[in-house]
Amino acid sequence: MIAWTEFAPALAGGALIGLAAALLLLLLGRIAGISGIAGALLRRPDADGAWRAAFLLGLVAGPLLEAWLAGRAPEIEIEASVPTLIVAGLLVGFGTRLGSGCTSGHGVCGLARLSPRSIAAVGVFMAAAIATVFVGRHVL
Amino acid sequence: MTGAQAAIVKAAAALLAGLVFGVGLALSGMLNPARVLGFLDLAGAWDPRLAFVLAGAVAVSAVSYALARHRPRPLLASRFDIPTSRRIDARLLLGAALFGIGWGMAGFCPGPAFASLAFGIGKSVLFVVAMLAGMALFRLVPPPRP
Repeated sequence: MIAWTEFAPALAGGALIGLAAALLLLLLGRIAGISGIAGALLRRPDADGAWRAAFLLGLVAGPLLEAWLAGRAPEIEIEASVPTLIVAGLLVGFGTRLGSGCTSGHGVCGLARLSPRSIAAVGVFMAAAIATVFVGRHVL
Repeated sequence: MTGAQAAIVKAAAALLAGLVFGVGLALSGMLNPARVLGFLDLAGAWDPRLAFVLAGAVAVSAVSYALARHRPRPLLASRFDIPTSRRIDARLLLGAALFGIGWGMAGFCPGPAFASLAFGIGKSVLFVVAMLAGMALFRLVPPPRP
């Protein structure tokens, strides 16, 4: 059983992620989709390159700020082997571009605006991820 | 404002949004692939915490989308740039499935993967490089027929 004190940071952190999506929407009129923002930066540079690069810079710096405020580094335990990480990274990069979004664009933003495409995408990627973990941990 | 000034203001706003996003990811525990896999492992010692992350994020984000419906334009740009397609096609479903498999293999999705970079862990850098390569590979796929 996980105590309430364990759930509070999850809920508060989630609310901050939602606030970030709200800022990007109400200030710039844009979806806070990480794969879309990163994918667009890999194409030819355009007028939107500056804000996209600035957003990613903030995303990388944010956890340093949180670690400093909290006085401890975040836990990051990566169990996957090097070959697994390479295959997984390729699948995540290619799949999020083909499917037009990831956990942030389809999840946080798409579910919030009840987009039918996003609801379908979240259902499929959650099911695929749960099935993959099941096979990896309980079958193989 | 000149075009250059407007671009700087937009970049500053995006930097702030990214910073808040990164703080939220770190606070919520999403940077830890082991915890993400614990959430996805329904048949194991299931860790429900990430459901609270998503619920908190969607709840706050939903308020902003409701507000946006009553506004002609965002504060710093000429229009809202929000996808309008409602078509659930093979690309969407296949892409989501491939992403889900990769997410389940490593426990990293794009936001937390980028957000973990500052801690200089070799494996997270490797994942991000592979992810960017996967995004670059996607450019070889012909665009969908209209």
